[in-house]
Amino acid sequence: MAAAGSPSVFLLAVNGQIESGQFPGYDDLYCKFCFVYGQDWVPTAGLEEGISQITSTSDVSPTTLVWNFPIDITFKSTNPSGWPQIVVSVYGPDFFGNDVVRGYGAVHVPFTPGRHTRTIAMFVPESTSRLQKFTSWFTGRRPEFTDPRVVAKGEGREVTRVRSQGFVTISFNVVTKDMKKLGYDVSPSDMQNPSLVPTEGIPKY
Amino acid sequence: MIIMEEELLDEDPAQVERLRRIVTTRRQKRKKPSRRLQLPEAAGPPEPRGEHNSRGSMAAGPSGAAPPALRELPPLPPASRTASAEFSVRERMREKLKATRSKAEITLLQEDPSPRPRRLKSIRERKTEVKVDKVFDNDKPRKMQEDESHLSSTIKFRDSVKKLKQKSAIQNDFPSAEEAYNFFTFNFDPEPESIKAGAKKRNELNEEEEAEEECIETHEVEQEEGETDEDVRLVKDDDLLTVGQAAEDLIVMKPAVCESYSEQLKKEKEFLFTPSKLAVPTSEKMPENVQPRYLEDEGIYTGERPFVSQSNQNILENRILRQEKGKEWFGDDGKILALPNPIKQSSTRPPIFSSEEGIAPELETVYRKAIKMTAANQYLVGPGDFQGPCQLDIDISGLIFTHHPCFSREHVLAAKLAQLYDQYLARKQKNLTKLLTDKLHALRNAVQCRIDSGDAGVSSPVAQQSIPEYKIEIRQTRRLRDAEQEKDRMLLNTIIKVWKQMKSLRDFQKFTNTPMKLYLRKEEVDQRLDEKAYEEEIQAEINELLEEHMEEYEKKMEEYKTELREWKSWKKAQKSKKKKKKDIHEEEESLEDCDLSEERVKPIPPKMASNLEIEQQVREKADSCRRKPGEPVLIPELILSGSITPTEMCPRAEVLRREDVKKRSAFIKVLFNSKEVSRTVTHPISSDFRVHFGQVFNLQILNWPESLKLQIYETTGMSSTTLLAEVFLPVPDTTVLTGSAPMEEIEFSSSQRVVLDHEGVGSGVSFSFEADDSNKMTLMTSGKVSNSVSWAVGEKGDPLIPPVSQQNTGIVSALKNIDAIASIGTSGLTDMKKLAKWAVEAKLDPNDPNNADLMQLIMIATSGEALVPDFFRLEQLQQEFNFVSDEEFNRSKRFRLLELRNGEVAEFRNYKQVPLLEREISEKIFQDYEKRLQERDVVDSKNYLDAHRAVVASYLQKVRESVINRFLIAKHHFLLSDLVNEEEMPSLGILGLSLFKLAEPKRPLKPRRKERKKVTAQNLSDGDIKLLVNIIRAFDIPVRKPVMSKLQQPSKSSRSFNEMFAASPSAQSPTDIPDWAFNQVLVRPFVEVSFQRTVCRTTTAEGPNPNWNEELELPFRAPNGDYSTHSLQSVKDEVFINVFDEVLHDAVEDDHERGSGIRTHAERHWLGCVKIPFTTIYFQARIDGTFKVDIPPVLLGYSKEKHLGIERSYDSVRNLSEGSYITLFITIEPQLIPGESVREKFDTQEDEKLLQAVEKYEAECTSKFPSRQCLTTVIDLNGKTVFITRYIKPLNPPQELLEAVPSSSQTAAELVARYVALIPFLPDSVSFAGICDLWSTSDQFLYLLAGDEEEHAVLLCNYFLGMGKKAWLIIGNAIPEGPTAYVLTLEQSQYVIWNPSTGCFYGQYDTFCPLKNVYCLISCDNVWFNMQEYDSPVRINFDISKPKLWRSFFSRSLPYPGLCSVQPEELVYQPSDKAAAMELQGRIEKVLKDKIMEWRPRHLTRWNRYCTSTLRNFLPLLEQNQGKDVEDDHQAELQKQLGDYRVSGFPIHMPFSEVRPLIEAVHSTGVHTIDIANVEFALAVYIHAYPQNVLSVWVYVASLVRNR
Repeated sequence: MAAAGSPSVFLLAVNGQIESGQFPGYDDLYCKFCFVYGQDWVPTAGLEEGISQITSTSDVSPTTLVWNFPIDITFKSTNPSGWPQIVVSVYGPDFFGNDVVRGYGAVHVPFTPGRHTRTIAMFVPESTSRLQKFTSWFTGRRPEFTDPRVVAKGEGREVTRVRSQGFVTISFNVVTKDMKKLGYDVSPSDMQNPSLVPTEGIPKY
Repeated sequence: MIIMEEELLDEDPAQVERLRRIVTTRRQKRKKPSRRLQLPEAAGPPEPRGEHNSRGSMAAGPSGAAPPALRELPPLPPASRTASAEFSVRERMREKLKATRSKAEITLLQEDPSPRPRRLKSIRERKTEVKVDKVFDNDKPRKMQEDESHLSSTIKFRDSVKKLKQKSAIQNDFPSAEEAYNFFTFNFDPEPESIKAGAKKRNELNEEEEAEEECIETHEVEQEEGETDEDVRLVKDDDLLTVGQAAEDLIVMKPAVCESYSEQLKKEKEFLFTPSKLAVPTSEKMPENVQPRYLEDEGIYTGERPFVSQSNQNILENRILRQEKGKEWFGDDGKILALPNPIKQSSTRPPIFSSEEGIAPELETVYRKAIKMTAANQYLVGPGDFQGPCQLDIDISGLIFTHHPCFSREHVLAAKLAQLYDQYLARKQKNLTKLLTDKLHALRNAVQCRIDSGDAGVSSPVAQQSIPEYKIEIRQTRRLRDAEQEKDRMLLNTIIKVWKQMKSLRDFQKFTNTPMKLYLRKEEVDQRLDEKAYEEEIQAEINELLEEHMEEYEKKMEEYKTELREWKSWKKAQKSKKKKKKDIHEEEESLEDCDLSEERVKPIPPKMASNLEIEQQVREKADSCRRKPGEPVLIPELILSGSITPTEMCPRAEVLRREDVKKRSAFIKVLFNSKEVSRTVTHPISSDFRVHFGQVFNLQILNWPESLKLQIYETTGMSSTTLLAEVFLPVPDTTVLTGSAPMEEIEFSSSQRVVLDHEGVGSGVSFSFEADDSNKMTLMTSGKVSNSVSWAVGEKGDPLIPPVSQQNTGIVSALKNIDAIASIGTSGLTDMKKLAKWAVEAKLDPNDPNNADLMQLIMIATSGEALVPDFFRLEQLQQEFNFVSDEEFNRSKRFRLLELRNGEVAEFRNYKQVPLLEREISEKIFQDYEKRLQERDVVDSKNYLDAHRAVVASYLQKVRESVINRFLIAKHHFLLSDLVNEEEMPSLGILGLSLFKLAEPKRPLKPRRKERKKVTAQNLSDGDIKLLVNIIRAFDIPVRKPVMSKLQQPSKSSRSFNEMFAASPSAQSPTDIPDWAFNQVLVRPFVEVSFQRTVCRTTTAEGPNPNWNEELELPFRAPNGDYSTHSLQSVKDEVFINVFDEVLHDAVEDDHERGSGIRTHAERHWLGCVKIPFTTIYFQARIDGTFKVDIPPVLLGYSKEKHLGIERSYDSVRNLSEGSYITLFITIEPQLIPGESVREKFDTQEDEKLLQAVEKYEAECTSKFPSRQCLTTVIDLNGKTVFITRYIKPLNPPQELLEAVPSSSQTAAELVARYVALIPFLPDSVSFAGICDLWSTSDQFLYLLAGDEEEHAVLLCNYFLGMGKKAWLIIGNAIPEGPTAYVLTLEQSQYVIWNPSTGCFYGQYDTFCPLKNVYCLISCDNVWFNMQEYDSPVRINFDISKPKLWRSFFSRSLPYPGLCSVQPEELVYQPSDKAAAMELQGRIEKVLKDKIMEWRPRHLTRWNRYCTSTLRNFLPLLEQNQGKDVEDDHQAELQKQLGDYRVSGFPIHMPFSEVRPLIEAVHSTGVHTIDIANVEFALAVYIHAYPQNVLSVWVYVASLVRNR
């Protein structure tokens, strides 16, 4: 642990939840998430990976699949390069009941402290040929990424073809520590100290 | 004419009479010298009689050339000025008539060949002819109609031909088909012709009537004519009735004639041309001796041709070639000229997506706010500084014709007069004469002053000097003035002359057309003064001239004098010469002299000009160009006040002209950027040929004015509109604003040729004013447009002009963006800045080959112009962003660390958490790395214990690094399969199989291994990968010997090959020692697998043939936690499978304690091991087979009890194998996908043809046997492709080896094989991870002393060849190596397979041969591919002479080209260095001893020196015998010497490469693990040095326990 005076790492605490997804035409989906981060990042607490429950649409919200799957993780790092990304992949049964992937997506954890909501557009790799599309549909073995982490990286993506499919909404609550002390000022200039802003909205009786 | 007349005679005497009359009329008319007749139609209606007659005659004989002549064309007026014009008109009429006639012929032909009622014809015909005439004269559109009808008639022609044929066939019985055909196609008698005219008439009747009506409406005169027409018709009707009746009588009825189809075809062939579909050879399409030229090959953009099917193209080409000038249609490349394909490759219409469901996408409406288009053109005002539309005001006030076809002669003169007058006014305004005269006076005064002052005696030299200058000036001025005066006078004269001409013309024609009047105002002058001035002037001039002449005279005089002097001297010389030479050659000389003397003429003295002469000259000149004294000054004044004669009073021609002018009107179109933006109202042209428009057009513009153009149109009558001319207006400066813009007149002219039939002179037609037709002039329609263009002023008074900055570029680019020279001028070409600027502005296409030179020039020039830096900077702005200097950057440890990690430097590749702060990074991090960098070149002998090997190692290291770098680059290329898991496309066979599988039993009796799913090794972490080792069974494990064995084995060393490979049991039968079978436990073996220092063991089995069938699981850890393919490939770890014997001792020696419990002490003795490199497992995915256990030649206390087996069937097998075997199955869980070799093409020096053959050969082979590797080319150490046979060449083995034994013997072969096997084995896949095999030549191999199977095999094969054996290289598959190379030799009709890396050899039918598949055989001159069904060596035939079994690369079709070998001529061996070997031996021994002590940290390690020395003595013996058959003697000896010790130990034999493998080997034996208290150790090392530093290392390790 670094001394209080001179920190040698900064911390990033993320919690939040994978709130919901919109996958028209699909039902009974579950999602997995994992974090992808650079070499200088180390998770200090919390879960790096997770798999959610299967959720179904309801009559109330026929297009939205709600997971409300919590995320809670803390990183320490020495370098903002390789800032953590959350990779979400959604799976669900197809026509024959095989579990197939319904979407991959990734988004960086927000830099600035506070509450953020992100909607990720999801996509799936396409079959290389029409015949393969058919056979993969028939056998229930759709093309998948060898590693879902691929979607968080740029390298090698040029060889793939994907189709967009659905959205996932994630909310983050981000807390950072010692970032500013180490020279990384990420907060926007207009909200420097949110806690000290006078509460004008509350009427004084 | 003649024909016609004859015909007429036949027909009708009345007509003849008529004809005569016509002729006479014509003659009469010719005689009439009437001026009135110059325009015959306008001259009033001719006598009805004559007219009538002529028409009749024409109707009768339309075929002759007469009709036009018969028509009352105006006789040539004898001295008419218009004669020429008239003539040409007639000519044209005649032509037109001819054309109509021929047309009529055609129509006749089509319409109907049968005679028609004469009556009808003649009426109509007459009318036609008249009409046609008239129409042609007056009406252009009419002519066009005719043309159209002509066209349609030709189209009809074809149909009618067909019809004709049929018809004629039907009608004509008597004439044959051919006759009939000829009748219609050939030549036409006049009669049918005339009929035709009638026919045609019918067609045109309607049109004509319309036209007629029109004519009547417009021309009164013509109406009259029309009336006469009417009359004529009436008359004619009666006339022709008789003829009609006659024609009806001629009709004959005929039966139809049938024409055979074939004949028809034949005929059709004559007519019809069917282009062939065959391709036309290029030579036919090109002009002769021209090679086709392909622009595209020359790098010129040609564009894609539109697709036309080949057959259509061929047809077209064939057709075009038959045409006249058909070749013009072909381009340089012999193809039909074609524009590039206009079809876009991509569809322009975007696909429609519906955002909302339920609504059809087409019906969806989206609201978009209207956007004002501001920027669409590249020349627009930039959107940034756009203030609103700019406005150009174009004021077109009027149009004045300076010449117009309708100008009468008077007009021409008037225009000329006006022009002259304008000129006069302009001159008057300038008044040059006056100016020059004043100047002259001033000069004269000045000279006078000078002279006066000079007389006064104060003449300065300056003044003196200036006088001649003044004089010269005076002369010049005078000359100028004279010229100007002359011009003035000339102009005045011309004006007057023209005016007189005009007046006379007016008088002559008796009417006035123009209001022009010229007044000559006389200004009376005072005669005396005038005369005086005149005289003065003349006198002054005379004086000056005199002076001038004087000067000249003096000058000439001077010249004359000098010349005279010269002449005289010359003369003298001549004379003297003559005298001298007289004596000798008198005559000849004199002759010559005469010739010479003639050349020089005596100069003539100049004449002095006389006063009188000069005066005369001056006066003459003055007379001609100056006003005479006393003569009044004439000032012309042009006034437009004259009255024009009213039309009623004009003659007919003039009336016509005026009518014509009235009909004409003009308008002007305004074109902005070549788009019509507006046009003026059509205004009639006034009688003075002025058109007043007075219209102002306000153009609100967004685009830059590129061009502003006016088009002047003239309309005649109701219909036709002709473009007279185009006038370009200059785009005004931004300073030119409305209100201040001056009116400008812009001249235009048109080259149109107009001929009129009235008083108008026409355009482009020559005419003359003179009576004798001389002095012709040709005038073109021309005129002036007065207009003004200016920028408008807005409501607030601000000018609506574009920003100035934009304007230049705009205007420049507007007109001149195509041509560099045009836009910036030639001088601009040298100014690079300008040129470059222009190039940017004009948006030159830098890729256009046309512009290549220019761009190059600009590039060079502009770059040269700027400051030339001595470096090249890719990103010029980079410096701006460097916030820290480079030095500081380099000093930063953190930055360096990040940089190295990013560069994937091995040490830092997986470095986690680079510290944030500089101070937290310790210097130590870089120490290793820096050390490595330094040591790259420094040979570190400490690690390698041998200088040479250190050098080699560092060399290999370098090669490896460079290869790895290449590999790292290649690693970042991904394939789809790297990223996406996708099911393989099931082929039909697989589908069928899978269907078949459904029927398979769920749990088959003999299950097979299923292929497991492969995992790419990139997302794995520690513990994910496990090594599974399944130990099944072993054979022939050595057994313990009783302490005192008396059994001695007979020596086996002298067996021959034949004996060895004979399938029969060997001589010694195991049955002669029956007592052994009943011994106690012979051996209790177990297997221990160690991998990466993890150890697993099986349970203990019993007996020499144990069966374990146990699966061991060992975790795998990749180095540095890097599980990438690349790093896995370079894992050097080996899997050690050690076989141990577990010996149990009673731990408690005391017998009395035994009762309470048994304490046994387990001791294990190493029996042997199998080593399998991890990479082999990795690449093979699984290893399955029986392996020979590497058992040390001496196992103290053990013997190989081969003969002991009871089972009969295995006897033979085991006998042959003479070794222990273990059956294993090894694999990795999960299965990893081995990295593919880098997809790279290497360069080569091989012949291209050979390479092609190679490709073909390989393709053929792999298509037949896809699993068999066909190896023809390999990559050498330099990374070049080399043909494989170049590696095979007989080479000499070390002499030392051959000396020992006779060279041909089997021992020698074994020795050589052993030597080769002693060279350390270093697989390529380790050193050059992922890269394909690199083959080093034998000398490189011997130098490096490291290599894998190929190098060993090549060397061995070469040695065998060198020893005179028949040897081949086998490319095949073996266990455990996988794809490998072995050596095949032919020994006494037996094939022997050698394993080059172990030195072992096997017979072809040896079941334990590790070589499992044979793919290729390679000799020094050929490659054979195995074409047999099986590839196991046991089942194949090695007879390569059978082409069915072995497909050879070089064959009769491709003979061996004699490829030179890459191998050296001879191998030179360094003699072995015994001293170095001794030293190394000592060092290794010390290292190993240290290691053993290190491995026993909790125990005391005692070394038994006595034993050690015994062992040490013993080792050379082993080497000598190559580890064979010494054991018994040795054991006996050892027993003798160490009688009271229980010794267990063994020698380990290894080729020497490094110390580390030795240590590993010793460690794996587990000798050190004995933990008996009083154990002692013995360790001896012996190194035997072979030539070329090949070292054989023996390590003898033993543990001793004292027996009690």
